[in-house]
Formats: sequence, structure tokens, C-alpha cells
Amino acid sequence: MTAVAERPVSAVPARRWRFRGVAWTVVTLAAGLAVWTAVAWWYGSALVASPAETLRAGIDLAKDGSLGESVLASTRRILLGWALGVVVGGPIGILMGRVPAIRRLLDPYIEFFRFIPPIAFVTLAIVWFGIGEMSKIVLIFYTSVFIVTINTIAGVLAIEESKLRAAASLGANRWQLLHAVVLPAAIPYIVTGARLAMGNSFLTIVSAEIVAADTGIGAMIWQSRNYGRIDWIFVGIIALGLLGFVCDRLIRIGAGRLLRRYGVKV
Amino acid sequence: MTSNFDVAMSGDSPPVRDSGIVLEDVGIGFGAFQAVSGIDLEIAEGEFICLLGPSGCGKSTVLMALAGFVAPNHGRIWLGGREVASPSPDCGVVFQNSDALFDWLTVRQNVAFGPRMRSVAQARQREIVDEYLGLVGLRHAAGRYPSQLSGGMRQRVQIARVLANEPRVVLMDEPFGALDAQTREVMQQELDRIWRAHRSTVLFVTHDIDEAILLADRVVVMTAGPSARVKSSYEVDLPRPRQESSAGFAELRSRLRADISEEVRISLRAQGIDPERAAA
Ligand SMILES: Nc1ncnc2c1ncn2[C@@H]1O[C@H](COP(=O)(O)OP(=O)(O)O)[C@@H](O)[C@H]1O
Ligand SMILES: [Mg+2]
Repeated sequence: MTAVAERPVSAVPARRWRFRGVAWTVVTLAAGLAVWTAVAWWYGSALVASPAETLRAGIDLAKDGSLGESVLASTRRILLGWALGVVVGGPIGILMGRVPAIRRLLDPYIEFFRFIPPIAFVTLAIVWFGIGEMSKIVLIFYTSVFIVTINTIAGVLAIEESKLRAAASLGANRWQLLHAVVLPAAIPYIVTGARLAMGNSFLTIVSAEIVAADTGIGAMIWQSRNYGRIDWIFVGIIALGLLGFVCDRLIRIGAGRLLRRYGVKV
Repeated sequence: MTSNFDVAMSGDSPPVRDSGIVLEDVGIGFGAFQAVSGIDLEIAEGEFICLLGPSGCGKSTVLMALAGFVAPNHGRIWLGGREVASPSPDCGVVFQNSDALFDWLTVRQNVAFGPRMRSVAQARQREIVDEYLGLVGLRHAAGRYPSQLSGGMRQRVQIARVLANEPRVVLMDEPFGALDAQTREVMQQELDRIWRAHRSTVLFVTHDIDEAILLADRVVVMTAGPSARVKSSYEVDLPRPRQESSAGFAELRSRLRADISEEVRISLRAQGIDPERAAA
């Protein structure tokens, strides 16, 4: 108690809140596990693997190295394709936002392709880029690039006219305006686009790996079906969810730390 | 900076045309709407002009054209002997709204923006920034971000940022319009002090009569729009810093008030408001 008394008054409620947050997470997780156990018990392990069975299967797969290998393979494809999508989509969005001619030129294509889900391109991607890594990375890139572009355009269009005018009258030329004002002002929107793109990447990776891959979480889920191993499928699904959660957290923490001064709120 | 002016003044051409601002029969419109027309105005080097007029008459529009942000559809605008075609570091702008500051840059970096864009050497940039932060009294806040400043401090940053570029002309569009009354008064006194130390050519837009008398060498009154033009012009021959309580101040104020209230009435009627009723 004395230690608490020495802290600033506001620290006490903040700590209590954090504790309550953790407590709530534990309660919801426990409730979820209980429901899952009940459902598994009701339908039997041929249809639903119980938490205990899933955990056991997960440990087995981790021990023989196949789980780690799958997670790594998927993560690498996602990170490469996603990063490419952000690095290409950002600049395209900035150009489209700033140069009406470019916007008019590219807008129809963006508006067309963004409605075609990447799964429609899986077969073509394999035919064009082969069964190897390239086809998956291209698909992840495809699913990332439009959403980053569209968000970046929105960010560029939202920049206050007075900022652009101030920069111009302070002597910034076109190029300086882009990298010293437009890019930094659009960063919060680019980060939002990047987070949405990360979600899309996870949706896409499974379809891509199911159709053509011998590694990756999607492939693992698909091969489990051939062996009739429901519990492995559950391991794959849980791994996907956790991986997605971790990736989003990393983006949020990274952006919050490095890009805070650009007004990124996460 | 002053040496620049001397060189410009010693030319053969008329001095005003060479170094100050000249508007020749300027008209500016937006589509079919003609905001201002037939504006003739000459501003000498080092002169502090206040542009005064009813709200919506076209003061900002004139200033935006001077800054090169919008092109006039009639007449010509000269600045420092050259016709205005696009924004230029010769002509700095202080905006009413402080969202013109760059939120992701510190105060220091905001003030250094102009010199940085013009590739001034790092060491010289630091000197310039220190000088102008000192001038506006913000050295202690150099490392803060705009969001961490009060409204008055943010406008000081805008002023320092513009002066750090050493422009020939400073344009200010109701820079204190969004501030509370006390801060506004302090900022007016500060600007008067800065200008006396610095003597750049200033065009200051306001709809506040007292503010205009406090700051200006000459108050230029505009008519109500559309097609607003220059109505009248008053030399303010009072010693600085000026006291609102002085006799000269009060006399000029009542003359300006009579002049402007006529235009405000016209402007209100144009908006469908009956000024006599509103006053009663
Ligand atoms: N971008 C614009 N498009 C159309 N009309 C405008 C635009 N900017 C200003 N106006 C019009 O021009 C007139 C003058 O505006 P402004 O220069 O902002 O007035 P003031 O600064 O004197 O209050 C107003 O009637 C306003 O509605
Ligand atoms: Mg205005």
C-alpha cells in the first residue's frame, strides 16, 4: 500500500484499468474455450477437434517441424507481397492524388480490378508465374496494392489547401511538395491502407496455398483433409488467426512508435 | 535584406514598380462570379498596408492573387518589378488558420522549411531559425510540435516561418482572426514591434477597424462585393506604438467606421438582411 501511495494519484486508476482489461480478456478466452469444448464434445472429434486435441496436434506438428515451416513459408510470402503492395501503392496513390491526368488515366483500372478477388486469378497466376513462390507473392501484392492506393489517394485529397499553398509560397518546387508535404501528410491514411492490406493478404494466402503449394498454412490445412486430420486443420486455423493478430499488432506498434509525429493513431 | 531594397531602389525604372506591389485594374472571378474588379493599388517598399472591408467582399481573394495562388482574369499584378505568375518565396503568406503549419515538423523544423527548400546550408539554417524564433519569442518552444502550442504561439510560428525566408513582401490574411481578444491584442503589439524591427512590405487583411489603425501606415478600404473595388485610402500618421485611447486614433476610427458601415449595409442587403431592422 505504501508503494501505491507514493505514486501519482492518477497512476492507481490506470493500473486498475489495465488489470481489469487483462481480467476481461482471460474471462472471454475461458468462455470461448468452454463453448468450443462443449461443441467438440457434442459433435465428436470426427467433426470438431476439441481444444485439448488441437493443442496436442499443435505440439506434435511443432515438434516434427512442419508447423514452424508452414508458418514461416506463409509469413514470408505475406510480408514480401504486402510490402511490395505498400511500396508500389503508396507512390501511385500520391501521384494519382496530385496529378489529375494520372488519376483519370488509372482510375478506371483501379475501379475495375479492385472488385475482382485474387482467388479469381489463382489459376492464371500459377500458369503465368509458376508453381513456386512468385505466383503467391504476386497474388498477395495484387490484393494489397489497390487498397493502399485508394487509401493514399484519400489521404492526399484530404490535405488542407493552406498547407500546400504555404509550402509553395515558401519555395517548395513540385518534387519537394510531394516528398516534404504530401507524403508526410498522407502517412496516416497510408498506414490505414497497409493494415487493411494485411488483412486482405491473410484472406488471399490461404486460397493461393490451397491451390498450389506444398508449404504454408493453407497447404497444411489442405493436406490435412487428405489425411482426414480435423485436428491439424484446427491447428492451421488457429495459427492463421494468431499470425494475423501478431502481424497487425506489429504494424500498430511499429507505426505508433516510428510514425507518431505524422499523426498516426493506432 | 535591406541591402536588396537599396539595389532595387537605385534602378532607373519607377521605384514602386521596381520593388513594391502594383495592382493594375485587377479583376478576379470564380466561374461566372466576379469577386473583385478594377482594383488599382500601389504599395511602396517597406509600407504596411491594411486591407479593410466587409466580410466576403474579396479581401482574401486579392491576397491569394498576389500570392500567385489564383490568377486574375483581368489586369496585371507586379511584385518587386516582376509580374506575379505563381507562388514564390519572394512573397510569404501568413494564413488565418494555423492548419497551414506542418503538424509533423517541430517548431524549429517548420521555421527552417523555407531555407531547407532553397537548399540553404545547414549551419546558416540554424542561425536563421534561431534569429526568427527569437524575434517572435519562441526559442523555448523550438522542439515542440504545433499541436502542443496555443493558438497565439502557432501564429507566431507562421510569422517566423515566413520571415525566415526573407521575403520581399509578407501577406497576412486575418492572422489573428481566430484568436481570443486578449491574445489578439498581444499579437497585434508583437507584430507592430516585429515590423518596426524588420520593415518588410506587408499587406494585412482584416475586417477589424482598430486592428487596421493600430498596425497600418495606410488603410485601404474596399467596397462590398461582387465586383468589389478600392473605395478609399487613409494615411495613418500616428506615432508607434499606437494607443487606442489617443485622440488621433479615435478620430480616424470614427471616419473609417462611417466609411465602412455604408459598405457593410450594402453587403448585408445583398445577403437579404435588412440592416436597419437588425440594428434595432
Ligand atoms: N474558390 C472560390 N470559389 C467561388 N467563390 C469564391 C471562392 N473564394 C471566394 N469566393 C467568393 O468570393 C467572394 C470574396 O471572398 P473572400 O475573398 O474570401 O472575401 P473576404 O476575404 O473579404 O471575406 C465571396 O463572395 C466568396 O463567396
Ligand atoms: Mg477572408
